[in-house]
This record gives sequence, C-alpha cells and structure tokens, in this order.
Amino acid sequence: MKNRSLVSINDFTKEQQLRILDIAEEFEQHPTQRILEDFVVATLFFEPSTRTRLSFESAASRLGARVIGFSSSASSSVSKGESLKDTILTVSNYSDIIVMRHPKDGSARYASEVSPVPVINAGDGANQHPTQTLLDMYSIRKTQGTLDNLNIAFIGDLKYGRTVHSLSMALTQFNTTFHLVSPPELKLPSYVKRHIKDKNLTYHQYTDLMEVIPVADIIYMTRIQRERFSDPMEYEKVKNVYNLENSMLADSKDTVKVLHPLPRINEISEDVDDNPKAYYFQQALNGVFVRQALLATILGVR
Amino acid sequence: MENEQRKELKVTAIASGTVIDHIPAQNVFQVIKILGLDRSKEMVLFGTYLDSRKYGKKGIIKVSNTFFESDEINKIALVAPSATLIVIKDYKVASKSKVQIPDVVNNIVKCFNPNCITNAEAVPTKFDVIRDEEVLKLRCHYCEKTTMKDDMVFF
Repeated sequence: MKNRSLVSINDFTKEQQLRILDIAEEFEQHPTQRILEDFVVATLFFEPSTRTRLSFESAASRLGARVIGFSSSASSSVSKGESLKDTILTVSNYSDIIVMRHPKDGSARYASEVSPVPVINAGDGANQHPTQTLLDMYSIRKTQGTLDNLNIAFIGDLKYGRTVHSLSMALTQFNTTFHLVSPPELKLPSYVKRHIKDKNLTYHQYTDLMEVIPVADIIYMTRIQRERFSDPMEYEKVKNVYNLENSMLADSKDTVKVLHPLPRINEISEDVDDNPKAYYFQQALNGVFVRQALLATILGVR
Repeated sequence: MENEQRKELKVTAIASGTVIDHIPAQNVFQVIKILGLDRSKEMVLFGTYLDSRKYGKKGIIKVSNTFFESDEINKIALVAPSATLIVIKDYKVASKSKVQIPDVVNNIVKCFNPNCITNAEAVPTKFDVIRDEEVLKLRCHYCEKTTMKDDMVFF
C-alpha cells in the first residue's frame, strides 16, 4: 500500500482494509511514536471541516510528522483563482503526502491523478469519505469483536448521507444484515441497495426507529442535513423524526453500541451520553488511530 | 424497395468514403458533432427522417474520402447504437459493420452532476459504460455519479 492514494474505500481490497484496522489497533496501544519525523504532511481543506482536519493533524503530530496546509479556500491561493491542479502540483513540492477535503465531487480522484505524492481523500463533496468508513469499521470491530454476521441499523438521512453509503458498501463484504430506518423520502438510494442485493444479503426498511432497537448490534444514527434540502418545508417535515432517548434503549441488546459520525444536532439526546452503550465520542477518537495507520502505511514506514 | 430508392435519390451516392446508416432520425446532428464532421473539409451528405422499412424513420450520413478507426466510430454508439457502417470504394460496398458500444467514453460527454470536478475545472471527462438491464448509462470516473442516456450532453 506504500505510495497508494486512498480516494474511495473500494481502492483497498478487503484484506488491505483489515490490515489498516490491525495497524490502527497497534497505534491505539502506543499512540505516540515518532516514526514520521522525516515527513511533511499537507492538509489542504478547500472547505472547512474542523473535526476531520484536527483528527488528521493529531494523527500526524503523534507520529512526529510536520504538518502544513490551510483550513479554508479563503486562506489559500484558490481565492486568487488558482486551479486545483496547480495547487496540488505546488503543494506536492513541499510535502510527502496530501490530505484533502474539497467541495467538488471527484476532486480527490483528479488530484490523485495529477499529484506525484499520494493523496488521502478527507471528503470530496457528497461523494466519498473513506477514512470515516475505516474508522466506523474499526469501531464496529472493536466493540463487537468481529465485523462478520452483524445486524447493523442505519437511522436518519439514508439518501444523502455519504457516510452511510460508503459504510454500507464496505459492510457487504462481511455478511451484514441491514436495518434501514428513514422517512420514505430519505430512503437508501437504489444503487447502494444493489450492492447489498448483489451479495445476496438481507435488508429491511422501516420508518419507525423502535422496531430496530431490539435486533441491532450497532445503531448508527445520522444527522438530517439541512444543506441537502432545496425546499426548506421538506426539511422541516423530517428534521425531528428520529430522536434517540436513553429510555428507548431499554429493550436493546446488552452489547449494542450507538454510533454517529458527528456532529449531532438532536438525533441523540444528551441523556444517552452517559449510557455505556453510547460510543460516538470513542468512535471519533478511533479516527485518530485509523488515520495514523493510513499515514504510516502509505508513507511506507509500516 | 421503392422507399429505399427514393432515399438514394435524396442522399446521393458517394464514390469513396463512409456511409453511416440506420441512425435514429433525431440524432443525426449529434453524430455529426461527435465525429467532428461539422469541421470536415470533405463532402458530407446527410438526411434526416427518411423512410425506413426497418426503423420507420431514420437518418443517414455519407462522408467522402473519410474512413474511421473503430475507436472513433464507436463513440457514436451512445446516440446511434443501431447504426450500420458501410465503407464505399469505387461506388461499391467494400465492407459493412455494426457499431460497438465501447467500455469507456473519454471526453465526448459532459458529466450530468453539476457538482462534479469536471464541470468546475479543465478536467477531461472519463466514464465507464454500464449496461444495466439493456439501459445504457455512464458512470463518471471522478464523481462516481451516473449520467443517463437522456441526460447526455456532448461537447
């Protein structure tokens, strides 16, 4: 995997994905190792995403790498009209690997094709966000002891949520049973369902969150994103349909964990936070270990 | 037979070159554009909405002294999958073939996704051709979104 870009989760085979998770486990044991002291990591955030950027920068810093970059287009030469290609070619002179977030779909694939150094996609528009998928897989495996044969419930905006799309596709490698809870207008798109059907896996669709709580091994909550709706009335109709409260978890499995890619608005009540079944903040921490594993692997020190 | 003869009268025979027959009647101008015939310095004859026994209505294009590589001609399969390619030498049919739908389509169609990087920067488009239950779709190499046949816009 040395010098390989990671644009889409499918760029890595199942074995390569699992290898990243194994290496991430080692970093969880020993998070501070100065193995990237000779490297410069560039974090190019053409649109702000504080959480993802800090997670990458924390991962790089804990491994001793130096970090350069920008956190919005306004503070880069993009605001002067520079093309993405020119920005990438310039920054690749200054760094050994580029982590990028960009508002346009497909921007990361294009950058990986013009860049002489490897590119890690930290989100390209509504398209892919593979490091989120890997940290979700890591969190599921860590809490359930396996990725195989689980009942995974996805709740909320299944139509526009790219996190759900990528994770669903990755999970089709592990004989998952899918429980899909959404308003009728925000159902999982057919092209994602086709991946599930192609593997002869089972999926069930619901509109009522309570139905999936007793059967789920993982309850994956998502935010209904206001910015995806062109019609504000449509958003008002669906924004508060799913709100997980602590009392609703009474009939859930003892081993269930509640995940959320964060930030949450009101999908999960704060009274869930103290329940040991809540796992979303540890999930965010796992992102650092997974990103350490990716940086170390792609830069060839692991 | 009568229809066929009348068509021949409408679009005269060429001495040497290529005839592209059985083009869907409404797509003749797209084929001309895709093959760059609008910039050709050779004689180009074409007809639209000609009677066809097989297709009802059809289009035809005849280009003098021009012969196409299969890569080039297969680009038109997106708009004219039923097209027949006839190579003419000395007023005679030298060969006949069908166009083949290619596996990849480079830089002839715009991506339908307005948020795709190819619509924001000078990136040549690139698609994988997907045949899903006989329906032809293009999957963008960059944004991974699908452009349906009716949404295809040619450069």
